[in-house]
Amino acid sequence: MTADPRTRDLPGPALRAEALESLLVERQLIDPKVVDGLINRYAHDVGPLNGAKVVAKAWTDPEYKARLLADGTAAIAELGFSGPQGEHIVIVENDTDLHNVVVCTLCSCYPWPVLGLPPAWYKDPAYRARIVREPRTLLAEMGLTLDESVKIQVWDSSSEVRYFVLPQRPPGTEGLSEEELAALVTRDAMVGVAEVAAP
Amino acid sequence: MDGIHDMGGMHGWGSVVIDPDEAVFAEPWEAKAFAFGALSARLTGMNLDAMRHAIDRQHPYDYLVDGYYGRWLGAVETMLVDSGVLPPGAVEARARRLRGEDVAEPAPSEPHKPDYQPTGAGSIRQIDDPTAFAVGQTVRARHWSHPGHTRLPRYVRGRTGAVVAVQPSQVLPDTHAHFIAESAQHVYAVRFASTELWGPDAEPFELTIDLYESYLEPA
Repeated sequence: MTADPRTRDLPGPALRAEALESLLVERQLIDPKVVDGLINRYAHDVGPLNGAKVVAKAWTDPEYKARLLADGTAAIAELGFSGPQGEHIVIVENDTDLHNVVVCTLCSCYPWPVLGLPPAWYKDPAYRARIVREPRTLLAEMGLTLDESVKIQVWDSSSEVRYFVLPQRPPGTEGLSEEELAALVTRDAMVGVAEVAAP
Repeated sequence: MDGIHDMGGMHGWGSVVIDPDEAVFAEPWEAKAFAFGALSARLTGMNLDAMRHAIDRQHPYDYLVDGYYGRWLGAVETMLVDSGVLPPGAVEARARRLRGEDVAEPAPSEPHKPDYQPTGAGSIRQIDDPTAFAVGQTVRARHWSHPGHTRLPRYVRGRTGAVVAVQPSQVLPDTHAHFIAESAQHVYAVRFASTELWGPDAEPFELTIDLYESYLEPA
């Protein structure tokens, strides 16, 4: 039998993180300002609002949408979004017949420049295990029941390519501005576990 | 490696709950672990694939118990010790001292970072080799594995699919993670029918996954 590898009274992650930081700072290997800057950037600045702007622009500007589908990375960079985990972003478009959903079964690769850091459900072993095996069942459990006629395409992010779902524009939004549309777009819709609801 | 991290298709996990009010970092230490992870390649002379392999190598018990940022923290510690930037046991000893235990800290170690320089930023590389496979071609994912890092998950090995796109060529994680060589290769988006992956009773759907050229053979 495999022995429990962990010393029972091993300090928890909060203490280990503090210990690691003190060891690196005293060796002058990290600058606490750089650490805080990184944390602030991903806690506040880089998040799904970026992706929502991309989606809203694609919904309202056919030329932008064409550029986005042809070269996602470049079209996203037009809006000022780039950086780690965004080296090559491919957009997959949902329509009435096809639903795309994204996963990373091996770790939790995720398009940071447009969505920020991944949410807990995306990193959950249950999601990583099941979405590649029974996506229709799992999506329904997560609140998205797709019509049987809709085909499902699952994308497993196993290389440095990152996939980003362009959801369907909901009906009844013809008069809305790009900004108003962006406010409707959710993170979950851009991964493919939800649809964008009409206002 | 055929490790706990290779989760695609495993049974027994239960359902997935979306917390609509989730914070980016649930605890302050998670934010620190994220930042250390983001800086880990710079600190250790290693790279992103090596960090992923440091995560994959964690004991399955720790992998599951520690959660996502706990794994990052463990991986950073592994990379720092592997590169000699910190001696083994340094983090645990310091953490114990922080909670008031009177334990000795290990003597400083001599750094021995890998003698390995990437040829460029990121993972995408231009290569001149012709592609071995074309869009539309039927291919089979190779049925092999090795104890090092790989991005060929178990659930596609030996399965037959079709190339739907040629992606940008990229450094090969299997060698790059171990500081052997970048071995940049063509990468193909390969599409599989659910029944090919999971048998005739599978839910009908298709799955597309990016596979490096050496992971594939003609079918």
